[in-house]
Amino acid sequence: MIYFNNVTKKYSNSISLEDINISITQGEFVAIVGHSGAGKTTLTKLILAEESPTDGTVFFESTDIHKLSNKKLTDFRRKIGVVFQDFRLLANKTAYENIAFAMEAIEKDEKEILRDVPHVLELVDLTAKAHLFPHQLSGGEKQRLAIARAIITQPNLIIADEPTGNLDPINTNEVVNILKKINDLGTTVILTTHNRQVVDQVKKRVITLENGRVVRDDKDGKYML
Amino acid sequence: MFFTKLKRVIVSGYRNFTRSGFTSIASILIMTITLFVITSLIFIQAALNSSLNDIKEKVDVTVYFVPDTEESSILGIQDTLKNLPEVRDITYTSEEQALAEFKEKHSNDYLTLQALDELDENPLGGSLNIKAKDPSQYESIVRYFDNNGTLSAAEISSIDKIDYHQNKIVIDRLTSIINGARKLGFAVSFVLVVISLLITYSTIRLIIYMSREEINVMKLVGAAKSYIRGPFVVSGVFVGVVSSIVTILIFIPVSIWLGNQMTDFVGINLYTYYKSNFIQLFIIMLGSGVSIGIISSIFAIHRYLRK
Repeated sequence: MIYFNNVTKKYSNSISLEDINISITQGEFVAIVGHSGAGKTTLTKLILAEESPTDGTVFFESTDIHKLSNKKLTDFRRKIGVVFQDFRLLANKTAYENIAFAMEAIEKDEKEILRDVPHVLELVDLTAKAHLFPHQLSGGEKQRLAIARAIITQPNLIIADEPTGNLDPINTNEVVNILKKINDLGTTVILTTHNRQVVDQVKKRVITLENGRVVRDDKDGKYML
Repeated sequence: MFFTKLKRVIVSGYRNFTRSGFTSIASILIMTITLFVITSLIFIQAALNSSLNDIKEKVDVTVYFVPDTEESSILGIQDTLKNLPEVRDITYTSEEQALAEFKEKHSNDYLTLQALDELDENPLGGSLNIKAKDPSQYESIVRYFDNNGTLSAAEISSIDKIDYHQNKIVIDRLTSIINGARKLGFAVSFVLVVISLLITYSTIRLIIYMSREEINVMKLVGAAKSYIRGPFVVSGVFVGVVSSIVTILIFIPVSIWLGNQMTDFVGINLYTYYKSNFIQLFIIMLGSGVSIGIISSIFAIHRYLRK
């Protein structure tokens, strides 16, 4: 599904990623681990085409992501749901509207929005808080809302960049369980983290990055840093 | 789908506007200042024009005829001159009227009146008072009285004197003051409008800069550019509409005060002017407010929508 071919990413004079070769298949749950600055976030930014590689290519199916036109890039991003450490919710919209926005953006009609949004809110246990604004929610609630927004459009791939970075162990547990549930339903999940608890709880493929290089790629991995 | 999208963009823009609280108030404030400047400049132009028209009204040229010139001959000249493109108005004063006016003017001057009585006949001739469409045109009007075919030799010889040559310096100076004041007025207005436009643009840019993270999130969720831009433009429209209403309300007490205090000084009652041009002024304010809001938003958001 996603293929990194000899990808290198340099920022002015520091190397963030070097000679990365990874392939991720449909339905996989991949944890990408590494210390801060190991290149985890850069890796996700390359998949989302927020950044372009200095060298090499990133493929989604058979298309080079970084050669897509603006219009096609928008279509491509609609196939991916993203969850961030800092949530990145729309501050001026309520929980309900944040999720509805993702559907409006991909031009779903009102009927589908009215049907699907309450369903997803229930899935992440936020039905009672649907009309609150992000600043009125706790960290865990915000992250569950962000996940709800990411999955509402039924994407092929979910990218979760340090989704538990700002959460306590209980909320972390909850978020990881939701991601596993989503993966069980057939969606590919890429999760970056430096949290041992998360990796050991997931018990799936683990790719370990160190100084921008892949140092381990274990099918049934454990946290090894 | 188009109408659904349009509805979503408008609703979203309206919510952004009402939920942004302080930010919306700040942009309304700045936009109101801009509209206030624009409206003030319209007022100043109106006052300037009315003063200039007053001055222009006072400039004229009078052609005096030799006494005993046939009235029909003078009226003939009046007809010829009336058709000249530069002439706005031409009035004939007969010998009798001239005498009556002279007596009226010197009614307290006993000696002069007595001297006049000593004469058997009216020493005053008829005259034509000419007003040009523009003060700069007197020179060319006066040229018709030279022998160049417009008037016959006999008609020209019946002219006693033309007071243009005495008044030439004053007329020239007034003409240049009027033209200078016009140009200066336009230049000052232009500069002030440009400055206030830049301030408004910067404010809106700053507000959109504060939303850059949200714009990024919208892009990542897969929203099309137009769908991201739309709500910001709609918010710009709301800022324009609210600011123009605020400005038009502010100018009610302002124009009443100016009408009471400044009418003698500027030569026009600005409250009356405001009342009689209310609709036009409101349309100008609304139009400028809304278009500044839209254009600034489009320009300001542009850089965040590239890839």
